[in-house]
Amino acid sequence: MALGGFSSELHVLAVDDSFVDRKVIERLLKISACKVTTVESGARALQYLGLDGPNGSSSALTILDKQDLKVNLIVTDYSMPGLTGYELLKKIKESSAFREIPVVIMSSENIQPRIEQCMIEGAEDFLLKPVKLADVKRLKELIMRVGEAKEGLTKSSSPKRILQNDIDSSPSSSSSSSSSQDVSSLDDDTPSSKRMKLEPKSS
Amino acid sequence: MDALITQLQRQFRDYTISLYQQGFLDDQFTELKKLQDDGSPDFVAEVLTLFFEDCVKLISNMARALDQTTGNVDYSKVGASVHQLKGSSSSVGAKRVKALCVSFKDYCDTQNFEGCVRCLQQVDIEYKTLKTKLQDLFNLEKQIIQAGGRVPQVDIN
Repeated sequence: MALGGFSSELHVLAVDDSFVDRKVIERLLKISACKVTTVESGARALQYLGLDGPNGSSSALTILDKQDLKVNLIVTDYSMPGLTGYELLKKIKESSAFREIPVVIMSSENIQPRIEQCMIEGAEDFLLKPVKLADVKRLKELIMRVGEAKEGLTKSSSPKRILQNDIDSSPSSSSSSSSSQDVSSLDDDTPSSKRMKLEPKSS
Repeated sequence: MDALITQLQRQFRDYTISLYQQGFLDDQFTELKKLQDDGSPDFVAEVLTLFFEDCVKLISNMARALDQTTGNVDYSKVGASVHQLKGSSSSVGAKRVKALCVSFKDYCDTQNFEGCVRCLQQVDIEYKTLKTKLQDLFNLEKQIIQAGGRVPQVDIN
């Protein structure tokens, strides 16, 4: 599959305060052919991105330094001490340099209002822990499709969901209303109870 | 040598199945095995080692937080450690430990001291039991490899 503007591998920044979970997510991503950087907190994530300046602004030098380490996806745990995953998401979406980077939230708790809050703030997806290989594969495909769409179309302010429906010709993708974030049924291994859906019913 | 390998492989298979059947492990452990390959042959053992270290640390935190001699018990502190243990046990497929954490969390939320103390004792026993059993399992793997055999894929279903 052509990767458009991406370099040969997705570079993922994984944020989780649990040592065990960091090791697992790192392996999940590496086995899915991604470059991985793991950090243990939202603060460290912002530091890595260069967003921890006095006004939360990034230094141009930091961005230039990191050209070859450009982050294509951020995966973060929701419940973390200090900056939560949600707060990290907000800070990233507020940043002109990084708001285009897809952010995925992980949580061990299936709390609908929490999920909606994250999606409204611009999260790309919400994964229920424990994260499985099928979840990561699905995620990678989503990210690459979104990336290709951005390459192929002029940048507009269209919401991502509409963009997805436009470019997504895969027969297995969700054809329900645009509020659905059930991106794919590509993977049938994952029990539907593990999926984050905005609609109450499961497919 | 072949007879030995076959015997060890059978033992390994039976033992693995029993761990799932007795509820020590769940399908997340199976997921972890998928992440192990010739390039990362010790992945599962490494993650489980981290998990058991986590258990020691978190259980010690819980015990400290439940210590009444230092004043009133801060159940939110206990609950925070239980939440973390629940998370990591879930991530490695430690089914019984995770289930205990669920009950433990309830006792924290209802500030039930006796319930919390009981859970603390049980979770301590449970992680140690799992650790011993997995040690036995990893030893079987080693023996198979040393005998020149391959560790079989075990189909749980």
